[in-house]
Amino acid sequence: MASDSDSDGDFVTFGTPLEPLEEDEPLRKPVPLYEQTVKDEKGRYQRFHGAFTGGFSAGYFNTVGTKEGWTPATFVSSRQQKAGRQNARPEDFMDEEDLGDHGIAPRQITTTADFASGRKDVIRDKARAITSLSAPIPGDTVLEDLVAPARSSMGVELLRKMGWKDGQGVGPRVKRRLCKQRADSATRAFGSASPPNGSSESQDEEDGEFVPENVTFAPKDVTPIDFTPKVDLHGLGYRGLNPLAALRGGPGTGHINLFTMDSDRTNSLFGEDRKGQRRRGGVAGQGFGVGAMEDDDEDIYHRDIMSNYDTVLGGEEPGNGLYGWTAPQQYNRKKKDHSKDAAYLGKILEGFTLASDKLETKTIFPPPNLPRDFRPVHYFRPVVDLSSVSPMVAQALQTSRGHMAQEEPSKGGRHQLDSAQRRELLGEATLQGPSSVFDLLKVEDRERLSSLRRPSSDTSSGPRQPTPGEARAAVVAAGVAAAAARASAQKALSSRFAPHAEQQQQEALSVWSGPTAQAQTGQTFKPFERTPHKQARYDLYIDQLKQGDRDALELSLDPTMTEWERGRERDEFVRAALLYKPSSSSLSCRFTRGKQDDGVEADTVEVTRDQENDVDDKQAAVKMKMFGKLTRDTFEWHPDNLLCKRFNVPDPYPGSGFVGMPKVKRDKFSVFNFLTVSESPTASASPAPQGVKPSEPGKRSRWDVSGQAGDKERKEKDPVSEFLSVARIEASGSGPEASTTDGPTTDPTVEPDTEQKEEEEEEESRPSMDLFKAIFASSSDEKSSSSSEGESEEEEEKEEGVRSKAGTGPQISNQLNVNTTQPAPPVSTTPSQHPDILFKTPSGPAAAPPPRDQEMEEEEFGPRLPPPSSTLTAERRPSPTPSAKDDKHKKKCKEKHKAKKHGKHKKDKKQKKKHKRHKHKGKQKKTKKEESSDSSSEGSDGNGQEEGGGVSTEELLRRLKSIRVTVL
Amino acid sequence: MSFPQPKPEVPQLPQNLLRTIDCQQGAVRAVRFNADGNYLLSCGSDKSLKLWSVSRGTLLKTYSGHGYEVLDADGSYDNSQLCSCSSDKTVILWDVATGQVTRKLRGHAGKVNCVQFNEEATVILSGSIDGTVRCWDTRSRKFDPIQILDEAQDGVSSLKVSEHELLTGSVDGRVRRYDLRMGQLHVDFINSPITCVCFSADGQCTLTSSLDSTVRLLDKSTGEMLGEYTGHKMKGYKLDCCLSSKDTHVLSCSEDGHVYCWDLVEGSLMLKLPVGKAVVQSLSFHPSETRLLTAMEGRVQVWGAEPEETEEEVVVVQQEKA
Repeated sequence: MASDSDSDGDFVTFGTPLEPLEEDEPLRKPVPLYEQTVKDEKGRYQRFHGAFTGGFSAGYFNTVGTKEGWTPATFVSSRQQKAGRQNARPEDFMDEEDLGDHGIAPRQITTTADFASGRKDVIRDKARAITSLSAPIPGDTVLEDLVAPARSSMGVELLRKMGWKDGQGVGPRVKRRLCKQRADSATRAFGSASPPNGSSESQDEEDGEFVPENVTFAPKDVTPIDFTPKVDLHGLGYRGLNPLAALRGGPGTGHINLFTMDSDRTNSLFGEDRKGQRRRGGVAGQGFGVGAMEDDDEDIYHRDIMSNYDTVLGGEEPGNGLYGWTAPQQYNRKKKDHSKDAAYLGKILEGFTLASDKLETKTIFPPPNLPRDFRPVHYFRPVVDLSSVSPMVAQALQTSRGHMAQEEPSKGGRHQLDSAQRRELLGEATLQGPSSVFDLLKVEDRERLSSLRRPSSDTSSGPRQPTPGEARAAVVAAGVAAAAARASAQKALSSRFAPHAEQQQQEALSVWSGPTAQAQTGQTFKPFERTPHKQARYDLYIDQLKQGDRDALELSLDPTMTEWERGRERDEFVRAALLYKPSSSSLSCRFTRGKQDDGVEADTVEVTRDQENDVDDKQAAVKMKMFGKLTRDTFEWHPDNLLCKRFNVPDPYPGSGFVGMPKVKRDKFSVFNFLTVSESPTASASPAPQGVKPSEPGKRSRWDVSGQAGDKERKEKDPVSEFLSVARIEASGSGPEASTTDGPTTDPTVEPDTEQKEEEEEEESRPSMDLFKAIFASSSDEKSSSSSEGESEEEEEKEEGVRSKAGTGPQISNQLNVNTTQPAPPVSTTPSQHPDILFKTPSGPAAAPPPRDQEMEEEEFGPRLPPPSSTLTAERRPSPTPSAKDDKHKKKCKEKHKAKKHGKHKKDKKQKKKHKRHKHKGKQKKTKKEESSDSSSEGSDGNGQEEGGGVSTEELLRRLKSIRVTVL
Repeated sequence: MSFPQPKPEVPQLPQNLLRTIDCQQGAVRAVRFNADGNYLLSCGSDKSLKLWSVSRGTLLKTYSGHGYEVLDADGSYDNSQLCSCSSDKTVILWDVATGQVTRKLRGHAGKVNCVQFNEEATVILSGSIDGTVRCWDTRSRKFDPIQILDEAQDGVSSLKVSEHELLTGSVDGRVRRYDLRMGQLHVDFINSPITCVCFSADGQCTLTSSLDSTVRLLDKSTGEMLGEYTGHKMKGYKLDCCLSSKDTHVLSCSEDGHVYCWDLVEGSLMLKLPVGKAVVQSLSFHPSETRLLTAMEGRVQVWGAEPEETEEEVVVVQQEKA
């Protein structure tokens, strides 16, 4: 899109724009590598040096501030203002780089030592390490630390003021519950006469025991988790050379280990310390070799042991749980030997050790109380398969026992579901490609395979069949009388022990293809209703059976299933077909079938469930301008899931299987359907005079609606006459097109009048306007412009109309076809309401319309488009190309004929057409006359075919009906 | 720091002719602003769709590919795509910059009266004379509509899309509002063929014009009539109506060559804008400013609140001549 100057100011630019490229400018050489220097924001070269020491660049080549040299601080001292003594701080010698984020003294908000947490900050540690290195006596800093005043942070001070003491936890004081400890100590008290050691612990316990009720305790101190961030690039747990450890070696053998930290990790990491206390000194650490002077070859590689780590979250507490990290030393140490514990128990027998973990006591539940009338005898009920039982039996069993012996597969465990059911449960889509190996085979191969397979499957399926007598027995028990006779026959058959499956299939075929079954169109029972796929296959099978197809079973089975599944289904289908066979004629004559059958039938039609309210009421409401509840209908409507996604709204009906309005099935051949389907004139032809208003979803023209909405009295009158009067009104009240319209629509303007006139004479007993409209669509959508015509023309026009009807059978059929695909052209039976929108034709397009234009315009209805301006059309009007359309439309034909007759050039004709628009009726009369004679000469190209206008209405209707029949 | 006083809100009407564009494409069937109102689309009866700059009146691009007259068009929110519908029963999705047909959507059984993008230009909705509204997906490569709304009993003449709603006016005299969020269809009976429907900018009302020469303002949620605007003539043609950008006025085309402008609240006729002698076929109101487009015969006229300096207009006319 070209840029607009107005919107230039609205642009927001990001980044630096490239320099405008001059076309004639020579290509610039790229800057060589050595000239690509880095400069800081002041234009000074930034030099990288001292990478190992983390060196920095300052001043002018690390010397002075600028190239000009050092700017000395000015010293001003006067009598009034004596210059004070200036103490130079380190910051005075730093430039902004040093004070920046990456300098040596970054200015940032830090916590002062007062408020710092207990964790020592890294910088101080580092500084102390350096000083200790340089100190004459290694370990000097240790002394300093000892001597250093005890400083506690602000948090600790505050806590102390609140009553906190060292070694306590933070939080409200609690009453200690001692039940568990008491139990422990009780057991111990029994066994221990005199504890030899660990007296302090036992003392503690006893102290705890004698705590009075009103004494509260501070909460237990909890070791804070060390959240020291890992900032180095070493592996987890690795600690490199430790200068502290290296230099502290030598003389300090019996030295207090002041560096012991409390966390387990540091202990383990300093694990060497204890071992290597004999070491002379020198640098040591992980991965650092052992010198030649060392006497023992130590393991230079640190071995971490899993016991250094907690393997259990929140594992055992050190001590008795009274103390945390500030606990006295003995609690903090791990107890090494269990024998100390054993001391409480007295002596341990030889060869026994104390169990490390306690035995779990088994809880013993008492046996259930038996009911009084319980008899210890089991009674086995007969197991009946639900799918093999008639519904009555099933129901009886269910009521008697409360449940079925074997539920439907969908109720069973997941192992009983087939793949399709699982897929549905999981919400997966159906596999598209070939789901079976057999699909990949060629057709002939498949047939060969199946022919090989069939005998084997038949024989194999034979033994699997349960004895038909069993199923039969169930049927008899259910009281299905008709089955009894056949059951005996079946028994006789089964006694012969032919292949059962084959027999049963034959039997099913004979039963279902019988005349009674054929009569019974609706299938009443659905044995596999819970699995729709299976039911669909079963329905297919039944249908095939009804048609007498011998291969019904094989055809209906799902080829994608496995052989075993198919075999099972085969059995089930045959059995089901036998069991739910159509009732015999004797029975069926006693019962009448349900009127509402929701089976899949061809003679029903889908109708939207929610119907619109009465249109009459609404019209009344509109007249009274009472919009709102009266004129509003609200329906449930299901949008497509994808549409919701695209509109970024959640699906209002998730999981609903359909889109649009909910549909229900209706009988196709109901009177209502007949009355409303007015798409084709044939359908509307017969029942139209009744004028009943149903609300059907079929596509109808608005004109029908308004017609039906009209008053009944108005219906009584001849719609045509009304129509005509309206047309007259319209013509007299000049619409906008009276001044502006023109275009290719010319001569046929006369035709509607002719027909209307003619139809005016035919009274009462005629079909609705829809029919005529449909048939004469080509002509009637022209604007009827003449209203005051003499009687003499009417005669001719009548003839003309009659002749056109009689002579244009194929054309009508052609239009009928059009009308079935397209919505019906509008016909208004209540023209007083929409008087001005009747049969206006949109004026032709301004520029070359394709040959189909005429056709399309004929289909047009509803509000039309205004005409293009006359000047434009005059300039760009193409020469008409009537050749292609001649045989298509009557109108065209006439036009052409007329052109021939007058011997005029086409251009002239156009001009005339336009001219004629604005002419008066007298002129139109004339052309009409001409035209009627023209069109009458369509067949014979002759004049004066006075057919006397004697074709009666009945004759017309009869012809129309015959046309309809042929069309259909 | 003092804040500038808020300007006194004088509802201004686009009563000054700023520019006349002779589109040179036959009768202009529809004229539409783009999303930001800087450009306009004119649908010609010579099968072409043209993109113009509103401020300069210059032709920017011509989109040709339809087989018959173009009846309606819409631009996407990001100005990258256009959609248009035509009497040739197709809907075409255009790339704005290249002018190429991105997608040609066939499926309607009759001429397609109206077309709209949804808010994110992911769906094109088209209403046709065959009584269906089809929802075309612009994201996928499928050429089938996502859904076909066939509830209308006659041709769909007008269609508007809001955030989650779809408003259709049909020749069967009913205004249907499909609420995607609620999954409901509300049908308002008007009893006269609907020519144009609109949402108000606040989304609370719907405006419908029908062939009984009446424009009605209906409450969206209840369907009650809030206002009725008459005086113009709309009896046979499918003409547009619209609301002003701030919902202060109701505008409608008329067959007597005027654009009628009513006060929304009072319903009084505020302005009768003489456009020409013929039928004012289409109009479009600027999304934010007081600017109006009208289409009559082969010309598109731009109307504004204040008269523009004539100097530029002369230039424009010269350009047109050239």
